[in-house]
Amino acid sequence: MSAHNSASSDHGSGEHREGYDFAHPLPLPILFGVFAALVFLTIVTVAQASFDLGGLDVVIVMAIATVKATLVVLFFMHVLYDKPFNAVVFISSFVFLAIFIIATLSDSRLTSDDTILVDDAVVTTSDS
Amino acid sequence: MSTLEADSATDAHGAHDHDHDHPSYLAHHFDTPEQQFDSGKLGIWIFLVTEVLFFGGMFCAYAIFRMLRPEVFEGCSQFLNTKLGAINTGVLLFSSLTMAWAVRCSQTENHKGLTALIATTLSCAMVFLGVKAIEYSHKFHMGLLPAGLFSYDPAHPHHEGGPNYLAWICAPFAIALIGVVIWYVVSKVRDKQFQAAVALPLIVVCASFFGGVGLGTILESGDSTEAHASETGDHAGESHVAADGHDHADHADEADHAEGESLATLENEISGADYGVRERLATDATNTGIQNELSAIERQSAMASGSAIVGQYEIDATIDSVPSEFLTPSRAGVFFSIYYCMTGVHAIHILAGIGVLVWLLVRSIRQDFNHNYFGPVDYVGLYWHLVDLIWIYLFPLLYLIR
Repeated sequence: MSAHNSASSDHGSGEHREGYDFAHPLPLPILFGVFAALVFLTIVTVAQASFDLGGLDVVIVMAIATVKATLVVLFFMHVLYDKPFNAVVFISSFVFLAIFIIATLSDSRLTSDDTILVDDAVVTTSDS
Repeated sequence: MSTLEADSATDAHGAHDHDHDHPSYLAHHFDTPEQQFDSGKLGIWIFLVTEVLFFGGMFCAYAIFRMLRPEVFEGCSQFLNTKLGAINTGVLLFSSLTMAWAVRCSQTENHKGLTALIATTLSCAMVFLGVKAIEYSHKFHMGLLPAGLFSYDPAHPHHEGGPNYLAWICAPFAIALIGVVIWYVVSKVRDKQFQAAVALPLIVVCASFFGGVGLGTILESGDSTEAHASETGDHAGESHVAADGHDHADHADEADHAEGESLATLENEISGADYGVRERLATDATNTGIQNELSAIERQSAMASGSAIVGQYEIDATIDSVPSEFLTPSRAGVFFSIYYCMTGVHAIHILAGIGVLVWLLVRSIRQDFNHNYFGPVDYVGLYWHLVDLIWIYLFPLLYLIR
């Protein structure tokens, strides 16, 4: 309460006070640069889909998506300039997500077969 | 006792209020605008954590099914139109740019720019939904539906007599557009400046949906013939024959030639007048169905004359190698269940984003935001970027599987 009073007591002066100057407008060149990089990476990810890269396919696709996501998080979502605690909170969700997916996948690989019943005829076949 | 305390507290605050010694945007329980901003920001980040975990469940379902049946994913993903997915990715990335720019405008107190950029973000959201409407209605029409409803038939990909799905999806947006136009006219007539200022950008926003529908129609029409020809070579052949006015009985056989045709029919084919027409049509690179058919006929005639021995499957006009059986209704249905679930929940998030962005638009026209109070713009922006983030992963995982 005392902090409140001290903050509001000098309100009349109207100058920069403690806690009243925290906005951090991102420079426009950074915004446009990030957008250009994102569009470029989208074109790359669409283009790579027409090459056969075998098993590396999923890895490359996910790597490109992760680079794009990192750009969005760091600049558009302002994490680079934000309080570190917010970043810790957000990144922790991905840690738990990874634990969740890895545990479920390894469990499913070990214990379960494909349990989806197939009792109907084949409609279309592929030439893959 | 507590009532007394509460009363005295209210009194203190009431007196405090009348002093005007803190700005109207600063809630009483915060010391400084920065404290208020940081509290709200931590709150929205925690909300985003729950969103990530919520979508994580669906990504997990995706991972399990893809691990068990990779060929179903490869096959079914051919039905998704990469062009529509790519254009939607671009639209969403651009809306993220305008949203980040809007946050900047609210910090620099550029009120006109803020309104324009929020309206642009809203329009991009509507374009996204318009393209999605084309995508969904096209798939509904072909019977590419979730498990249990899946009724795709390669011989007749376009179901006749179904409801006009596109019209049903568009109806709420058409009603919204008409409503906003009426609102704008009424507020103009009654000379309500503020309401007119809100309604005008909303007209543009609602109209953008139909811009998206138009964009989707153009991209879909450019792609659909090719996609269908390669998926179902016999379909392309069939329509071509129908156009040529040849007798249909002959080609009805041809339509269900899953395990090859009789040699007599083949010889008819080759000597038939439409072989030349086929050859001509096959020079067009997009007619992959007819090209396949042509090469199959050539191979079959070679085999019939005893000059070549080829495997059973290579006789089939649509398939060049041994097929893997990926498209049974139950398995493909599971793929489309996952597809509709993930993209549908994402679309619901877009709709929710549209809701909060309209709220921001109204407040921005009211000029509520300044360099000490831009929290709501920033929070909605963070949510919008998360929606973009999820699409960044959805697009390659669903659309770009070979």
